[in-house]
Amino acid sequence: MFLGHAITIQQLFGQLLIGLINGSFYALLSLGLAVIFGMLNIVNFAHGALYMMGAFCAYFLLHEFGLNYWWALIVAPLMVGAFGALLERTLLARLRGLDPLYGLLLTFGLALVVQGLFQNFFGASGLPYAIPPQLSGARNLGFMFLPNYRAWVIGFSASICFATWFAIEKTRLGAYLRAATENPTIARAFGLNVPRMITLTYGFGVALAALAGVLAAPINQVRPGMGADIIAVVFAVVVIGGMGSILGSIITGFALGVVEGLTKVFYPEASNTVVFVIMAVVLLIRPAGLFGKVA
Amino acid sequence: MATAEKAPPTLAVAGLNAWYGESHILHGVDFEVRPGEVVTLLGRNGAGKTTTLKAIMGIVGKRTGSVAFAGRETIGLSSDRVARLGVAICPEERAIFASLSVRENLMLPPRVAAGGLALERIFTLFPNLAERLASGGGKLSGGEQQMLAIARILRTGARFLMLDEPTEGLAPVIVRQIGATIAELKREGFTILLVEQNFNFARTVSDRYYVMEHGHIAIGFANADLDANDMEQLHVRLGV
Repeated sequence: MFLGHAITIQQLFGQLLIGLINGSFYALLSLGLAVIFGMLNIVNFAHGALYMMGAFCAYFLLHEFGLNYWWALIVAPLMVGAFGALLERTLLARLRGLDPLYGLLLTFGLALVVQGLFQNFFGASGLPYAIPPQLSGARNLGFMFLPNYRAWVIGFSASICFATWFAIEKTRLGAYLRAATENPTIARAFGLNVPRMITLTYGFGVALAALAGVLAAPINQVRPGMGADIIAVVFAVVVIGGMGSILGSIITGFALGVVEGLTKVFYPEASNTVVFVIMAVVLLIRPAGLFGKVA
Repeated sequence: MATAEKAPPTLAVAGLNAWYGESHILHGVDFEVRPGEVVTLLGRNGAGKTTTLKAIMGIVGKRTGSVAFAGRETIGLSSDRVARLGVAICPEERAIFASLSVRENLMLPPRVAAGGLALERIFTLFPNLAERLASGGGKLSGGEQQMLAIARILRTGARFLMLDEPTEGLAPVIVRQIGATIAELKREGFTILLVEQNFNFARTVSDRYYVMEHGHIAIGFANADLDANDMEQLHVRLGV
């Protein structure tokens, strides 16, 4: 083979697994971005910082309040989501009706402020967060070892993504959300409290980011820069999938994680750029994204 | 009519001004709709008929003056609160949600009061809709869209309906079906404010007319005592 070394089956599945793990985070984060973009028409550049806050929230819940990982999975998204709702009410709501560029600038600035504050207090190095004892260890699948925690992250993320898709596409609440996204004026004239729905939608998208942060805490260390590291790839995922497409963001998230993993096996030099190459190609061929509606 | 005269009007509009951005569209609109009436706003394109409905609903940029619904002032309320008082709109563009199925569109507006039409009743009025429930909202014909736009506000319990050109661009057979529906709703005690360009259609269902010109009410007529002079006036003002 031209790569000069044989590829073992363990290597292949190992990278596939890492790809799926990264894909889980891409999917959760780009799903939140898609939900927020659909309803608010805002590209939420603060998403990475809020993901990081989720991880820090889990860390503090454990070390300051003795609340373990399982509590953090519930409490951290609620707390960070509430913080997001507050941001929407006090800051983003003022930008309604203005050019989307204002939302981009505001959330980008917020991301820098939040990340800077955390860096100031906690330094750039990481804080350790242990894998919960129930999920430590690994199982032998015959062809590879599968760490239990990683299997959990993939399964749980996929379930949350599916549940979110189902709630938006198949329930009455989701119909309200889709109606308010498509025509907020008429949805409101039917008696729906659209401003409150917008606040809750932003809070929900932020909560998804925080949940991804909690899931990431035991895998990566809890670092102020963790959001900035991942968010560039996540935005590429959103562009590839199509802005605002719910299903597109989920599928693209997982798929690009896997593509990245496979690239590490077959051509490791390109593994950091492959997503952006795909983005460039998609933008050339289908500017609305793979799942986006062509205007 | 003695009792109806004593009850507060369902809708009383006084000195209503409205703007879209910098454009001043309504210049002091005054009229009222009494309980159980079908009242039609007539007028040429751009006279302010649609804007009047939107201003009552609270979905224009800015509005001043007075809009009292069942005796209650609503000028300061947001459109969702106006809707919750029992005001329902069927907009000119129909505004069927393409990202929702027909069933989801039908079930979308929340109930605002008891006494909305049951689904079986709605399907008796509009049998076509029952067959299209699973379709996407964007896949309907113009007539089906119009039926859905009317049907979905009958479920909610709102007793005051504002219909903006419900017959525009539709085939005569569907226009007749919509006329029959409006007559049926009137018999059931709904109060209706209609906007129409089609005077011959309006004539079959209305109790009274107001003619709008340049953002205010120019003149009002009752259907019952239209005489040759009134018809002459309408002819001059509307070209009918």
